Amino acid sequence: MTAASLSEKLQKKECSAVEIAHSVFGQIAKVEGTIGSFVTVCEEQALEQAKEVDRKIAAGEDLSPLAGIPIGVKDNICTKDVLTSCGSKMLSNFQPPYNATVVDKLEQAGAVIVGKCNMDEFAMGSSCETSYFKPAKNPWNPDYVPGGSSGGSASCVSAGEAVLALGSDTGGSIRLPASYCGVVGLKPTYGSVSRYGLVAFASSLDQIGPLGRSVADVASLYSVICGKDPMDATSAQREYGDFCQGMNRSVKGLRIGIPQEYFGEGVEPQVKAAVMAGIQRLAEEGAQAVNITLPSTDYALSAYYIISSAEASSNLARFDGVKYGYRAKDYTNLIDMYEKTRSEGFGDEVKRRIMLGTFVLSSGFYDAYYKRAKQMQQRIAQEYADAFQQCDVILTPTSPSPAFRVGERTDDPLKMYAADVCTVTVNIAGLPAISVPCGISENGLPIGMQMIGPKFSEQMLFDVAGCYETICGGFGIAPSMKGEGGQTK
Amino acid sequence: MNYEMTIGLEVHAELNTATKIYCSCQNVFGAEVNSHCCPICTGMPGTLPTLNEKVVEYAVKMGHALNCKINPVSKQDRKNYFYPDLPKAYQISQYDIPLCENGYLDVIVDESGATKRIGVTRIHIEEDAGKLLHDESFSGSLVDFNRCGVPLIEIVSEPDMHSSAEAKAYLETIKSILQYIDISDCKMQEGSIRCDINVSVRRPGDPLGTRCEMKNVNTFSGAVRAIEYEAKRQIEILEAGGTIGQETRRWDDAKGQNFLLRSKEDSQDYRYFPEPDLLTIVIDEGDIQKWKEELPELPNKKLKRYMQSNGLPYFDANLLTENPEKAAFFEACVEKGICKAKNISNWLLGDVSKLLNEKNIMLSDTCLTPEKLTDMIAMIEKGTISVTAGKMVLEDIAFSEKTAEESVKEKGLAQISDTGALEEIVKSVIAANPKSVADYKGGKTNVVGFLVGQCMRQSKGQGNPAVLKQIIETMLQKD
Repeated sequence: MTAASLSEKLQKKECSAVEIAHSVFGQIAKVEGTIGSFVTVCEEQALEQAKEVDRKIAAGEDLSPLAGIPIGVKDNICTKDVLTSCGSKMLSNFQPPYNATVVDKLEQAGAVIVGKCNMDEFAMGSSCETSYFKPAKNPWNPDYVPGGSSGGSASCVSAGEAVLALGSDTGGSIRLPASYCGVVGLKPTYGSVSRYGLVAFASSLDQIGPLGRSVADVASLYSVICGKDPMDATSAQREYGDFCQGMNRSVKGLRIGIPQEYFGEGVEPQVKAAVMAGIQRLAEEGAQAVNITLPSTDYALSAYYIISSAEASSNLARFDGVKYGYRAKDYTNLIDMYEKTRSEGFGDEVKRRIMLGTFVLSSGFYDAYYKRAKQMQQRIAQEYADAFQQCDVILTPTSPSPAFRVGERTDDPLKMYAADVCTVTVNIAGLPAISVPCGISENGLPIGMQMIGPKFSEQMLFDVAGCYETICGGFGIAPSMKGEGGQTK
Repeated sequence: MNYEMTIGLEVHAELNTATKIYCSCQNVFGAEVNSHCCPICTGMPGTLPTLNEKVVEYAVKMGHALNCKINPVSKQDRKNYFYPDLPKAYQISQYDIPLCENGYLDVIVDESGATKRIGVTRIHIEEDAGKLLHDESFSGSLVDFNRCGVPLIEIVSEPDMHSSAEAKAYLETIKSILQYIDISDCKMQEGSIRCDINVSVRRPGDPLGTRCEMKNVNTFSGAVRAIEYEAKRQIEILEAGGTIGQETRRWDDAKGQNFLLRSKEDSQDYRYFPEPDLLTIVIDEGDIQKWKEELPELPNKKLKRYMQSNGLPYFDANLLTENPEKAAFFEACVEKGICKAKNISNWLLGDVSKLLNEKNIMLSDTCLTPEKLTDMIAMIEKGTISVTAGKMVLEDIAFSEKTAEESVKEKGLAQISDTGALEEIVKSVIAANPKSVADYKGGKTNVVGFLVGQCMRQSKGQGNPAVLKQIIETMLQKD
């Protein structure tokens, strides 16, 4: 069931928020052992929140569409007094004394936070396998990864362990797992959602965004979390409407750009075919396909890894064992404490990126790497701006392939990084993009289609995605998760 | 062999904004350990900085005061290094585009008021770090984060100074300007001004020598000692046939020595890069202009005016302009137009200063007003009261609501110039001091001063000393 229909049932008093919560925790009890969506399950707290919503309903108070809706929150988003581990040993004991702005907004809206979602360590990864605690699995087939880094956020929504989830997207970390798990995921325009309380990976690229089982659900969660925050200097000052109310699900006369670079050799034929079929169905609804070109796409992945690792090397330097988080047990002096804490507290992928980032910022190498990557960033943003002169929205695969097997790419970082090839340019250019399911692979796994718009064009993306959703007859929970008790009530 | 020294200074001044640079914590000194910090200034995960715009205003004002070009668009950068008092492991500073650049400061170098121009390379804003505390009862170190995020400006000079005296004059002028535009408390003992000093030496005509940097010099007198020490150290090395290595050294003022911290090979790579959590700083041209117009008359200009328009010697003008409070008081006194500027200066720098120093208070802590003080000085100038009486009046009016006139009346200090009354006093003093009379007659005419003093004492300070002197001389010559 979607948040929208649950909300309606709540309003009509056909069920209570506590009943919805129980149903979700029932599902968690059933499948969490296999899927591993959560680092922390907050059952007690969630039931309290649900009771409060029921009290408000009984009192006849006005409620937000998210009131009583079970939601998962990625574990790099700070929740007051609740473990916020970032999937790392380094923060395996860290309970922030403050909420992220988005969590405050969820609480004000009466959403019920069911748990903290599993993730790749510090959001670095494309498979949710670098989590210190456990890998999350794909609800469509637990032999496969759910994608990353917001793997737990996508898997909990897909497995019916939550109705909605928040993830974060630095290079594809919402869209990739959304596509692998067959759910809808939005990476919002940079600056439209406050980053305050999101433990930073790459500050200039990170953005919190919603995942859900329908476009309307994603739109209503986005409506709650977006907006200017005085605590985040990079958040944009502008008016946002209610994106769910504003949807018209029409693509008549819309120009859909198809960039040839995103349908090249690296992309599996079945993925190409599924996305092209999706475009075809939108064309049948009155959209017009336009071939466009984004020539610098080939350089995007390199530029992305340089910029994001550079920022990460600085952002993650604060984890030094001095004030909070993990500290090595035995050390002889300050430097030794730093070295041992960081050697023991971080996993391999995080260390790899810290080393890369430190290197590209070092004197003598800065101009050759960081500076050139920033120049490439401008070029990519300009190419997008040019492309949007010829089309309204750009459609691409979300990833070159469907989900891969657990363990398949863990020893090959470059192959792992390649999963992000279709998504990173969006972060580099600060654009919004949504991933929607557009087919099933030969081995029964979902394939995702990415829709990219100009800055602050989320409403249009919801319209296009919503139109496609209507054509498909809706998305939903992973088939293997259905069945007895499998569906939320 | 003669050597010339070359000095460049980096001055860090803490700004006295109400709140810190990137969060809303109060910016105060001396509070209980870790009582003025929050998740933002302690760099907790997920928190973000937002710039306090007052910091920009203050820095730009200093830029105007130092004749800098103000960059309407500038950016903030991260300076990365690990240290326990730096909780984010980077300091937010400005790297390649500071707020202010290419300025200068004219420093007065002699008593004629002649100046020397010292180039100012740049002024940028940055955040202060916390403080490590070492407690005997505990084997490790403790950290106080209260100072984290206290706003700083760093003022970098060109290597234009060639003596410790010039460096001292530069530092004192900077301090005085900071006080005049009221952007820093300038409390040296609280570390609100600190400097790093670059020193090199060369033989006249040679290219600049290799410089060494001394970190964290906390007093101006310490700066003088540090410069002298470092120049001597370098000259000794050169004289012995050695070469100077580019080094960073730590000045230990207590020991009067500096010690090697690191050589160039070990210099830290701070990996500066643009701070992605903050936007580019864009300042409205109107604000830049407005802040320029808001600047008060600066100390050096004032000093010259005091010398030229008020006829004060350099010594007086320099002391009066040292801080804005004293200068404003002086000017208010002069404005009354009832007594001489030099007399006002004498009283302010003499008895008033003495009084404040004795009690360790500020002018504003007393009841003294320009009106009271000038009334009192005018009475002395007119001969209504003696200087001795004036000193008594000062103490009285400084700590009560009384006017000078009321005080004089109440204490009965009005000067006696009536010859009849004074003659009686002189007669009795002469009678009581036959030895002095004999000395006078023996040619020691300077005993007159002693006798005047005795008469003043007997008149309880009320006798007019000039009249007394005349009477004494007449009487002694008569005999």
